[in-house]
Amino acid sequence: MSGQEVVFALLGVVAVGSAILVVTTRRLVHAALWLVVSFGALAGGYLVLTAEFVAWVQVLIYVGAIVVLLLFGIMLTRAPIGESADLDSGNRWAAAAVAAATAAVLVTVVVMGFGDERMALEAGGGSAEALGASVFRTWVLPFEILSVLLLASLVGAIVLSRSDIRARPETRVRSEEREPERGDAGGEDGV
Amino acid sequence: MLEIVVKLALVAAAFAFLPLLVGQAEHKVMAHMQGRLGPMYAGAFHGWAQLVADGVKFAQKEDVVPRDADRWVFKLAPGVALVPYLLVLLVIPVGPDGQVALDLGPGVFFALAVMGVGVIGAIMAGWASANKYSLLGGMRVAAQLMSYELPMVFAASSVAMAAGTLSLTGIVDEWRWWWLPWQAVGGVVFFVAGLAELRRPPFDMPVADSEIIFGPYTEYGGLRFALFILSEYAGIVVLCALTTVLFLGGWKGPFLDTELGWLWTLLKVFALAFCVIWLRVSYPRMREDQLQKLAWAWLVPLSLAQLALTGVLKVAL
Repeated sequence: MSGQEVVFALLGVVAVGSAILVVTTRRLVHAALWLVVSFGALAGGYLVLTAEFVAWVQVLIYVGAIVVLLLFGIMLTRAPIGESADLDSGNRWAAAAVAAATAAVLVTVVVMGFGDERMALEAGGGSAEALGASVFRTWVLPFEILSVLLLASLVGAIVLSRSDIRARPETRVRSEEREPERGDAGGEDGV
Repeated sequence: MLEIVVKLALVAAAFAFLPLLVGQAEHKVMAHMQGRLGPMYAGAFHGWAQLVADGVKFAQKEDVVPRDADRWVFKLAPGVALVPYLLVLLVIPVGPDGQVALDLGPGVFFALAVMGVGVIGAIMAGWASANKYSLLGGMRVAAQLMSYELPMVFAASSVAMAAGTLSLTGIVDEWRWWWLPWQAVGGVVFFVAGLAELRRPPFDMPVADSEIIFGPYTEYGGLRFALFILSEYAGIVVLCALTTVLFLGGWKGPFLDTELGWLWTLLKVFALAFCVIWLRVSYPRMREDQLQKLAWAWLVPLSLAQLALTGVLKVAL
């Protein structure tokens, strides 16, 4: 094994190990912090594969924004220090089955698609220039469709969080009862 | 090999020295703006050794962890807050022809991403202290980061678009004097959003000492508290250096660019740091809703307008 492969394997172990800790730890905030480690190891993996730009965007979006949003949400509702007894869910075996099945599908696809094939890593292969050229030339249509999807979810989030948009009179009473919950959604606009 | 070692040593020296210089300047500038003298005794000449004395005092204090705190997270938080700024300093060019410790391709994104990680340190501190004021402060830190990260990234992207590269060295290479008016709005947005991310006045709601008693740092004392304060001043240095490199032309000056480049960079950094201190002395603290309104109703639209202006001019030229 070359040095790159060793580093990549180690980063993979860290990513998977901390991801398992995310779902097994009984301390709520620790789960979010283990997620930081997992995302960081993933970014390291991208770096080893010379995908520099993706690696730093991973840190910027996932560590810098998503985890901060998660922590904000936890602190806004409840953030107990120490172990919580009620963090286990009866669905955990079903969830484990779904996770294992997803992993199996992904691994099968990669193995069937590439098998033993090896691709040489070249410096600059994942640079911003190469990525930009590929996204805006080859994959421009999926990119644009994704941006429309994101716009739709953005509009949806705004509609959900605005309490002054009232559509039908018969739903007015119910929506006014839920006023306090609606106010909380304001923090989610930051994504 | 030797070159890399020398560069790393220089970055470490800058990291140890520049924040202290800004801190001392803050003592003196604030004092003179308020009609007093500031520290005068430590080190005999105008109190130049005041921060050294402070450091000695901090190091002698007992290391206290509150009983109900989450020990590991509590102890780890100052490091998480400080180390990212050291990493950002690695990619900031001070002069032409490779006067930078590490010339990264996507340097702009590296700097912004790593700066965002530093904020997690303050959130960790706020949560792990087992103190309601700290928790409030931590939440405010998180809310502030989420609102101000967006305009900051937009403003930086505008310069990257203008230069056609994400490398910090490349951006300064491309920079011309007429970028000053062209990117002025973006520059102001970047600097203001950066101040908010550092929680400096007037954006110091998360650490508001008169209402939530320094927020996330309430329970900290001794060296760990000193590390948080150091990270604040290192943050000022990093923000001023990034603004210099992105918007003020880095090492480019009216004359002797190649010989005195590092001096121009330092001059611009200190001029900006002076503005940071000036703002602290002259502006009252903004309320939480005013903070959010400034970010979403002013900075985000302004940075989007700057992006549009950059795009239009870039295509037209």
